[in-house]
Formats: sequence, structure tokens, C-alpha cells
Amino acid sequence: MNWTLAIPEIALSISGLIILLWGAIQKKGNAFFPCAILSIAAFVAVGFLTLTVSNGVGYNGLFINDEFSRYMKILIIIAGFLSIILSIDFNGKNDTNCFEYIALIVFSTVGAMVMVSSNDLMTLYMGLELSSLALYILCAIDRKNVFSAESGVKYFVLGSVASGILLYGISMIYGFSGGMGYSTIHQIIASNHALSAGFAVGLVFVLVGLCFKISAVPFHMWTPDVYQGAPTPVTTFLSTAPKFAAFALFLRLMIGPFGHLSPQWQLLIEVIAILSIIIGSVGAIAQTNIKRMMAYSSISHMGFALVGLAAATPDGVMGTLIYLTTYLFMNVGTFAVIAAMSRKGHVVENINDLAGLGKTDPGIATAMAIFMFSMAGVPPLAGFFGKFLVFKAALGADLYSLTIIGLLASAVGAFFYLRIVKIMFFDKAVEALDQRSLSLSFVTFSMGTLTLVFMLFLSPMIQMGQIAAQSLFH
Amino acid sequence: MAPITSSLFAISVFAPLGGFLIAGLLGRVLGDNFAKFIAILGMLIAVVFSWCVLGNMLHSGISSTIVPLFDWIHAGSFNVSWYLRMDMLSVSMLTMVTSVSLLVHIYSIGYMSHETMPTYRFFAYLSLFTFSMLMLITSDNLIELFFGWEAVGLSSYLLIGYWYTRPSAVAAAIKAFVVNRIADLFFLIGICVLFILSGSVFYDDIFHKIPELANTQYHLFSYGFQAYEFIALLLFIGAMGKSAQLFLHVWLPDAMEGPTPVSALIHAATMVTAGIFLMARMSPLVEFAPHVKMFIVIMGATTAFFAGTVALAQPDIKKSIAYSTCSQLGYMFVAVGVGAYQVAMFHLTTHAFFKALLFLGAGSVIHALHDEQNMFKMGGLSKKLPATCLLMWIGCLALGGIFPFAGYWSKDAILEAAWMSGSTVGYYAWIMTAITAFLTAFYSWRILFLVFHGKPRDQKIYDHAHESSFVMTLPMCVLATGATIGGFTLAPYYIGKYQLAFWNDSIFNAPTNHIMTLMHHAPYLIAKAPLALGILGIIVAFICYIAAPRIPVIMASGLKGIYQFLLNAWYFDKLYDFIFVRPYIALSKILWKVGDQEIVEGMPVAVARITDRSAKGISWIQNGSFAFYAFTMAIGLVVVLATFLIYH
Repeated sequence: MNWTLAIPEIALSISGLIILLWGAIQKKGNAFFPCAILSIAAFVAVGFLTLTVSNGVGYNGLFINDEFSRYMKILIIIAGFLSIILSIDFNGKNDTNCFEYIALIVFSTVGAMVMVSSNDLMTLYMGLELSSLALYILCAIDRKNVFSAESGVKYFVLGSVASGILLYGISMIYGFSGGMGYSTIHQIIASNHALSAGFAVGLVFVLVGLCFKISAVPFHMWTPDVYQGAPTPVTTFLSTAPKFAAFALFLRLMIGPFGHLSPQWQLLIEVIAILSIIIGSVGAIAQTNIKRMMAYSSISHMGFALVGLAAATPDGVMGTLIYLTTYLFMNVGTFAVIAAMSRKGHVVENINDLAGLGKTDPGIATAMAIFMFSMAGVPPLAGFFGKFLVFKAALGADLYSLTIIGLLASAVGAFFYLRIVKIMFFDKAVEALDQRSLSLSFVTFSMGTLTLVFMLFLSPMIQMGQIAAQSLFH
Repeated sequence: MAPITSSLFAISVFAPLGGFLIAGLLGRVLGDNFAKFIAILGMLIAVVFSWCVLGNMLHSGISSTIVPLFDWIHAGSFNVSWYLRMDMLSVSMLTMVTSVSLLVHIYSIGYMSHETMPTYRFFAYLSLFTFSMLMLITSDNLIELFFGWEAVGLSSYLLIGYWYTRPSAVAAAIKAFVVNRIADLFFLIGICVLFILSGSVFYDDIFHKIPELANTQYHLFSYGFQAYEFIALLLFIGAMGKSAQLFLHVWLPDAMEGPTPVSALIHAATMVTAGIFLMARMSPLVEFAPHVKMFIVIMGATTAFFAGTVALAQPDIKKSIAYSTCSQLGYMFVAVGVGAYQVAMFHLTTHAFFKALLFLGAGSVIHALHDEQNMFKMGGLSKKLPATCLLMWIGCLALGGIFPFAGYWSKDAILEAAWMSGSTVGYYAWIMTAITAFLTAFYSWRILFLVFHGKPRDQKIYDHAHESSFVMTLPMCVLATGATIGGFTLAPYYIGKYQLAFWNDSIFNAPTNHIMTLMHHAPYLIAKAPLALGILGIIVAFICYIAAPRIPVIMASGLKGIYQFLLNAWYFDKLYDFIFVRPYIALSKILWKVGDQEIVEGMPVAVARITDRSAKGISWIQNGSFAFYAFTMAIGLVVVLATFLIYH
């Protein structure tokens, strides 16, 4: 048994425990900053470990490491890393600067990494629950804020329902196939051409459970409320790491064990993708709260990323990977700008609070404009290439209606992204926002730069994506 | 000799362009008078050089020469270059156009002296028109010709609408442009078909291939017809538009909204004859299209008659002469149709003299009466405007075809050619043109008697009238000389014993076409009938407008229907308004109101509204209730499961 395969996860868990221990022995209120630094160091170290750890299957077939999991894990680690940086300054303002916060993000990241590396339905469930339980608490961590508490409870209740559905699906699959490991299921499906109804029900239930995690329509209802209520750095984390993990599961399950059934589930993914794109794009238009708007935006982004999966080809998976990468950059960047939105020490979250930002703080406004253009899919920014690759893959798989509807809906999406640009640069300036902190500026500008120059790294990124995608198709 | 001649030829063509560019672009800087001077200088150079070229051509007998300027378009097998073609057809036209144009330029100094605004723009346009016309007549290929064709249309548009603050002038300019565009479309298609057929747009290439391609046929509804018939028909429709033949003539009377010198130059002497020129230039092709030739004769004869009748009833002096122009163009097409292109060119040339003279005379009257054009307010002006009266008489004598004035020679030749063609359409044309000869004389003297003789009908206008200045009468004198002696001096060259040497193969007559010799053997009665009819017309006009002025009044009230029919020019404008304009406006309105405002504009608005409503709906569904969220998930689960199971 090759236990070294899980070294990154083990190392990150130990870091989490150390952070807990360290925080507990410090004086209350002083522990946050050192814990944050410690976690940042841990993320960087784990990132390197992830890159160096060898490929293979371990722990009795429960755990797998391959190019695909490595790619996704790096994305997740970056997401965790950036969320911590965002929270350094933000949490001080909101009285949420408790060291448990850091530990919870670390543990949630561990859960997400386990999900990515799962090779068995049991590992999948365990990782998912570890990641989710930490997130439920994170959402409610701003205890004095009613919205935050509501957000945590909502996420917990609905998440439990989804968890139940997922677990029920797993049990059905086990019951009708007799196996929990992905490779076992794969072999059983390959040998049985006829798909039993019970197995199909199990497959759909698992799919629904994962759809909840990536907030795909019609399992998206929790997203706007939770995004709005949770503290901004938590929202940042929530909209990235667990989504990547769930997507990793989605891709691994659908291409791997259920790969032979692709003609059957393709339609479902198509419908879910189209619904997510449309509801996400249209829903965002009516929002006045920028975090709610971003919630709808992330719903539609997940829809676009699903387009690549709907293609069920290596190109499609590669497109999804690139899409998620660009999504990470622009999404974290946008949330960094949102985190910087405060006036006289109070957090402001209305879209109109950005009015005149182009005059009062041209730097951050420019960065925000880059993110918005990128999300709308304007070339040559990062977001364009993500959309381009998934739709190219969809066309390659002859999914014409999906492509057409997706492109039309992305035009609708452009409306609310560009409205933000218009408000920032053409509306009359209201009172200036507070001086932004160094850490937020760092995240904003580094993400802005990455979004801007993404095209320079397009070819190596595509290469990496192809290798990662190829590892799913044996 | 030839290189010098061709250089002079090229300079003659481009001198008006220089005049236009300097006067038009720098007129404001140089000052009005200097700009006019430059424009007239350019024309003067063109005239002198063109006469030199004509002299050289006659003296040394240079045959058709190509004057290369530069390349234009090379695209695949399609090649067009700026080449000038110097043969007698183009040189004779060149001389005529530049001369008339120079005279009109000079005349305009006097005519436009009442203008309060600077008039350099007017002179620039005149020069531009002259250059365009010269481009048209000296072209060596159809594309160059089409360039000139369109450019004269443009300058005509600019000049008709010169007084752009008058709504009627603007409407007339647009009408002229649109009607010409319709005809030009056919012309352009004709050029395209010809290019497809012969693979070239150069005259020489086309003409060389004509005999071998003469039997090419096109098939339509299993009915085969000759390719050349089709092409010639398309070209003729183009010519009909420019030369204001029946059905496409409606723009010409309205074009009289422009300043009178414009009417004289463009809408009488030069541009409207471009159709005749085109037919003469394409004579090697037209000769192979016998059915189209018959059609041309019918159209020409009918137009001549139609316009002659309409000219009888017009109260406006310029419109009357405009319909006369239309009628005379019909004569020329009759000559073209019977194969006597030389005769058509001859009448074209003499007509240029006397019709320009008549228009300038009319302009002189209008100028003297301060923009009064209604002949029924004039009368007895011979005492006030003796010089203009004399010159108008010469013009009318020439137009009426009275011996020995220019019109007599050319018009007689056309009637003889029509008769001697010996075909049914030829006889039809002879009858129509003979009747028109009577009408022509009648309406010409109607103008003279109404304007210059009898008693003044409006004393106030009469009292203020004054003879025009020298700068206006001088050009008219030159034209009057041409109108007097042009006929018998030019006849030997154009249609007489020197014709072969003169034309020098620039006009083609088919080997079977002997009309040019036959026409001189017309029966005596046939040959003299037009003159007799013309004199009869004068006598009738005298009776009606001097001896017994009550006759026309009685006739107008007695035959009210016919009078109105003629006054409204056979109701063509009303007819077109009913058939084309109103349905077109109705269609446009539908496309505007329904197509654009409702569909094109409505669609994005509707999409935006739907999007906005659905956005509100989505927000509304997001009501914050756990139960509802969980319920939605359950519904979603059921739907997804059902879809999957049904599909699978």
C-alpha cells in the first residue's frame, strides 16, 4: 500500500491541527494573524508537495493520484491560499478574526482535495462531507450578523438534503452494481450493456447531489442567499474550491465509471447546462446586491463549464479545466474588489456603491473592468478563451443547439457585467470608498494581471489541460 | 502628326476637369470672378484644341486612334484602362460639346448676374459636366463610357438642383437621378452580358468578335432569341433613359427647374444626346439586332409625336422647348433605328445649335422679365427685345425645318431615310414624324407669337423688360450662325458625298444596309412634304395666335378633355405616381412602420422586456424560504430523473 500518495492531504491536515493547537494556546484575538501566516505557508508547501507526489492508486483502491487530480488540487490550493489572504484584512473589520476560521478553511480544502482524489464512492462522500461541514460553519462565522447566521443555517439544511440524496444514490449504485470503487463500477457497466432502472436512479441521485455542490440549476436556490450572507472571503472560497472539487468529481465519475453511458447522461448535462446559463445570466440582471449578482454569475459560469462536460470528449474536459482556471482568476479578483468595498468602516455591497469608482480609485476600477469584460467573454481576456474552448468542444461533439443557446445567453450575461463598468466609469461619483488594504490590492492586481496576460500562457495551459484530461480517458 | 493630335485631344478632354477642380475647390479662396475666369479659360483651351484636332483629322485623314492614359482595373480576365478613342465620331462630338459648352459658360456670366450668392459653384459644375460628357464620348471601353455616363448624370443632378433652397428643384433633381438610375441598371446589365459573351469591354475586341458570336442564342421559356438582340435592347433602354424617350422621359420637363443655361447645355444640346451617341458608337452591334432596330424606330417615332403634341399646350416657355427636345430626340432615334446613324449624328449636331439657341433665347426672355416663364403673361416683346426676337426667329426657323436653315437638312434626311427603309415601321415612322413636323412648326411659332408679337398681356411685366447684355447675346449670335449655315455646310460631310472619308469607319453600316445611299433617292413628294407641312404649321400658328386669338381659347374650352390630356403630358406623371410611386411609398411605409419599427426595433425591445421580466421573476422565486428551496430541489430531482428514465 502506497500511503505516500496522500502526503499533501496528510500534511495539510496536520497543519490544520497545528493551527488549532497554536490558536488555542494564544490569547484571544491575537491568534488570527500568525495562524493565517502559518496556513499560507502550509498552502505553499502543500502546493509543492502536490506537484511532486507520484501518480498511482492507493489505500485499497480508495485513493487515486493522476494528472487530472493534480491539476484540480492546484486550483483548489490556490483558491484556499487566496481566500486566506483576502481574509487577513477583511476579518479584522468584521469581528471574525478568530483562528478557527483559518483552521476551517484549511480543513475544507483538505476535504476538497480528498474529493478530487477519490477513487471510491466512499472516499467521495467522506471528502465531500469534510469539505461541506467546514463550509457550513464558515458561512455562519460572523455570528453577530443575522444574514451570516441565516446563510450558514440555510446552507447546512439544504446541503444536508443534497447530501442525503447523494448518499441515497450511492447506496442504489452499490445495491445494483455490487461495487463502490470506480474501477469496479466501470467494469460492471462495461460488461452489462443494459442499464438497470435502479442503477439509473442511483446515477441520477449522485448527479443531483453534485449539481447541488456546483449550484447548477435547478439545485441552485441556496446560492444567492448563502453568497450574500457569508463574509466576503468565505464567499470567495465557497465560489471556488468546493466547486472545483465537485467539478473534479463530476468529470471523474461521468468520464470514468459512467463513461460508457455518456449518450444517456449527455442530454441531462446539456439541459442542466442550458438552464444554468440562462437562469444565471437572466437572474443576475435584476440584482442590486453585488454579491447576489456574483452568485448568479457563478451559476451561469458553472453552466458554461458544464458545456465542456456535455461534449464528453477529451477536448471538452480540457475546455472545462481551462474554463475553471480562468474562472478562478476573475472570480477571486472580483471578490477581492468586493472585499475592498467599505465606507467609513462599514461594508457596502450595493452595485450602485461602485458609482464613480473610475474617478475615485481608477486602479481598482480598471481591475474590476478587466474582470467584468473577462467574465462577459470579451477577447483577448482570459474569460474569452474558456468560453471559446468549451464551445469549440461542444461544436466538435455536434451539440449545436447547446452552443447557440449558450452563446445567446452569454450576450444577456454581457449586459450586467458591462453595467458594472458603466456604473464605475460613467455614473456620477458618490462618496469615495475607504482606503483599500495592501493584501486586497495584491490579490486584485495579481488576478487582474493574470486575467489580462492569460493569452500569453494559453498554449502551455492548454497542453497541461490536455494531459490532465487525457488521464481521465484511459 | 498623329502624336501631337492625340496630345491635343487628351488636353482638350482634361482641360474642363482642371477648370472644375480649380474653380470648384479654390473658388472661395480665389474669388468668384477669378474662378469663373479659370473655368472659362479651361473651356477655351478645350475648344481651341478640339478644333485643331478636327482640322488635323480632316486634313490628314487619321483613322481611329487609341490614346492610352493609364491602367485602371486588372482583375482576372477583367481589364479596364483609361484609354481615349480618337475617331471622327468622338472628335465631331468633342468639337460640338466643347463649343456649345464654352458659349453657355460665357452666356452664364450674364444670366447668373442676378444671383446674390457667389456663382463659382455653378461654373465648376458646368465644367465638371463638360468633362464628364467628354469622358463619355472619348471612352475606349464600356466601363469608361459608363463612368462618363454616370458622371453626366451626377452633374445633371447637381445642376438641376442648383437652387437647392427650392423644393421643386430638389424634387426635380432627385427625379432625374432616379429615372436615369433605373435606365442605367439595364445599361449596366447589358455591359455585363456583353462582357460575359465577348470577354472584353473594349470596343475593338467586342467589335472584332461580333460576326463570330452573331449566332449565339439565349433561351427563355423554350423560346430562343439572339444574344445581340438582348444586349442591344438593354443598351437601348439605357439610352432611352438618358435621351428621355417615351416612358422614361418624365424627368426631362421637370429638369427645367435648373438654371436656363443648364437646360441649354445639358438638357438640349449634349447630355440627352448621349443615348444617340451610344447607339452610333455601338453601331457594329446594333446592326446585328434587327428586331431591336425596329423597336427603336417605333419608340423614336412615337416619342417624337407624343412630345410634339404635349408641347402644343404648355404655357411655360421652357417646358414647351423641353418637350420639343424630347420630340427631336425621337427623330434621331428613328434615324438610328433605320440604320442611318450618320443622319442621327447630323441631326444631333444641328439640333445642338438651334436648340441651345432657343434655350438661351428663352433664358434671355426669362432674364429680361425677372424669372417670368408663363408665355400667357408675355406678348409684344419684339419691341423691347429686338435682338433676342431675331435670334429666336432663327432658332425656330431651324427647328421648324425651313429651307435653308440647319434643321431643314437634317430633319428632311431623317424622313427620307425612314421612308426609304421600305419597311412597315419605316412608313409608320415617316407618318408620325411628318405629322410631328407640322406640330413642330406650330408650337415653335406659337412660342414666337405669344412671346414677341401681338399685344402685351401683362403691362407691368412688359414695362420692366430690358434687352439682355452683350455677354448673353454674343453666344446666341454664334449659335444662330451655326443654326443658319450648319445644315448646308455640314451635310456633305455628315451624310453627303464626303461621308465615307469623313466618318472613316467610325460608324458601321452592315453590308446589307444601303440606307445612306438609298435615302437620296426619295420620291419628290416625300422629300418635300416636311417643308410643306412646316410652312402649313406656321400659317396655322399665325391664324391661331395673331389673326384670330379666340380659336385656341374656344378649342381649349370646347375640347377640354384633349386639352387637359395634352397639358398634363398624357398623364404620365399621374400614371407613374399611381403605378410606381404610391405602391412604393406604401411598401416603404409598411417596411418602415411594421418591418423596422415593429419587427427590427421591436424584437430587441421585446427580448429585453422578456429578459427583464424573467429576471424579476427569478428574483421573486428566490423568496428565502427553506421549504420552498428544498421543494424546488425535489421537483428538479423528479424532472431530471424522469427525463433520464424516459430518454434512456
